[in-house]
Amino acid sequence: MIKLAGITKTYGSGEVATQVLKGIDLQIEKGEFVAIMGPSGSGKSTLLNILGALDVPTEGDYSFMDTNIRGLSKDQLALFRRNILGFVFQGFNLLKKTSALANVEMPLIYQGVSAKERHKRALEVLSSVGLQERVDYDPGQLSGGEQQRVAIARAIVTRPKVLIADEPTGNLDTKRSHEIMQLITGFNREGITVVMVTHEEEMAEYASRIIRLRDGMIEKDGHHAV
Amino acid sequence: MLYNAFLQAIREIKRNMMRSALTAIGIVIGIASVIAMVNIGKGASASITQSVSKLGSNNLLILPGQTRGGPGGASSFAKPFKPNDLNVLKSSINTLEAVSPVENTSMTVVYKDQNYRTNIKGVNNDYFTVQSLEVDLGRKFEKSELRTGQSACIVGKTVVKKLFAPDENVLGQKIRLKNFSCVIVGTLVEKGANTFGGDQDDLILVPTKMFQRRISGNNNIHMITVSVKKNIPLEEAKLQIDQVLRESRHIKANDEADFTILSFTTLLDTISQITAILTVMLGAVAAISLIVGGVGIMNIMLVSVTERTREIGIRMAVGAMAADILIQFLIESVVLSALGGIVGVLLGLAITYGVAIGLDIQLILDPSITVLSLLFSMLIGVIFGISPARKAANMNPIDALRYE
Repeated sequence: MIKLAGITKTYGSGEVATQVLKGIDLQIEKGEFVAIMGPSGSGKSTLLNILGALDVPTEGDYSFMDTNIRGLSKDQLALFRRNILGFVFQGFNLLKKTSALANVEMPLIYQGVSAKERHKRALEVLSSVGLQERVDYDPGQLSGGEQQRVAIARAIVTRPKVLIADEPTGNLDTKRSHEIMQLITGFNREGITVVMVTHEEEMAEYASRIIRLRDGMIEKDGHHAV
Repeated sequence: MLYNAFLQAIREIKRNMMRSALTAIGIVIGIASVIAMVNIGKGASASITQSVSKLGSNNLLILPGQTRGGPGGASSFAKPFKPNDLNVLKSSINTLEAVSPVENTSMTVVYKDQNYRTNIKGVNNDYFTVQSLEVDLGRKFEKSELRTGQSACIVGKTVVKKLFAPDENVLGQKIRLKNFSCVIVGTLVEKGANTFGGDQDDLILVPTKMFQRRISGNNNIHMITVSVKKNIPLEEAKLQIDQVLRESRHIKANDEADFTILSFTTLLDTISQITAILTVMLGAVAAISLIVGGVGIMNIMLVSVTERTREIGIRMAVGAMAADILIQFLIESVVLSALGGIVGVLLGLAITYGVAIGLDIQLILDPSITVLSLLFSMLIGVIFGISPARKAANMNPIDALRYE
């Protein structure tokens, strides 16, 4: 489904240029749960941002189901994120002083879903992450684990094909981390492809495939039985 | 999308209530002053026009000399009119209803131990028609009084009050002016103050002839007022007067006349010109304050965009296009300035109402300026909101998301 070929990413130019990705070839199939690991500075976040169409590679090809993502305009990239992808971030990235419900409804506004339908779908997804009692709470009134569950609800409410997760458990304790990973695994089983960056082996265990990066190159790419 | 952006804008403005209110004050003041200035200007203009036309819209004033720029410009050194000028006006023009000379001075009048300084006007009985005066007690001047200049006075109510006791009989009493005395033959019906605050009852009318003999000492006439018959255009009467006076004063057709015929419509034009200029100037000052208000909105929107960089990043990540972000911030600034506009309109109308009552001028509320102001306040929101909104829309999603 996802195919990267010869992806490089260079920041800056001339003498200060830093090449963060040095030629990544990667193929991810539909329904996979991929964990990207590596020490800091290995380029794993950059790779994830390119996969999430938040950033563009310097060189190489990125195609998604036969569509060349590199050839898309800014607005087309926005549409790609809007309709195909869902995002979960380490820092939750919820809208402040905005209820959990409104946070989850927000992506649907851009999809042009009617207010009634938005409300219904947001409530559904919030109860699927176990927050049916918290829909009117602001992020500030929720615990870290609850905030991340709101973020997951927001990511999957648009029924994305791929869930992009950047250290989703980075700010959580072990117990909450496992809860979150179980949620994500659950959605993966329902058919959503998951690409997750993490540095915790324990969390990477949930994935069906682990890709290890070092110095901007793929060091190891292996499937393992869950 | 627009509706959602509108709801979002309202939510955002509520969230920063204090800041939004302070920002909108600039627009409130601007719009309120535009509305108040224009409406009060129109009301004042209408009031002045009305009171000037009360002075007599079918009256003409003939003054010696050439005036430029209004009635005050007539030179007192110009050759005054002679009795003959007056006579030809009366005899050869049939479009005039009344013709009266007016000689003016101010003098102290004495009755017993009371004295009072008032206006003395040397006129004939036509003056009553021209000025719409009516006799209360007694009578107008008799023919003999007008012809010979014997002493006879018709006094206004203010003079009566100043000189006589409340129940005292006024008719037939002698009052002293300078070194001669004058018998009161009539009193005038009270007219009250005119719009400019002048007391219209503070005067004594005497026959022109008497004025000339006892006060000025010559037979010069310094002003003639005429009343044109109804249904006769003022311009036609003006032409006739011009022709007749040129003849009697021996002025060739191509030469400049040594007299001026003023109508109150001329005066009206001057006044409405002045008020129009004032309205435009005050409006310009108000417009400047609107621009200042707009800059305030731009400033706060720029702050808001920077503050909400992270939010912009999140919205872009979930699929907002540049245009979505642009519209969101643009609508926010338009809603903010339009809210300021609405409050400003209400405040402006209240000020207009208060001033109209307070200064006793006509209350004119022009609906077009209200609508225009509201549209203009929204336009300001667009003009000053576009640059912050574009700044937001042009952000790079990954940079916006990483912004701390």
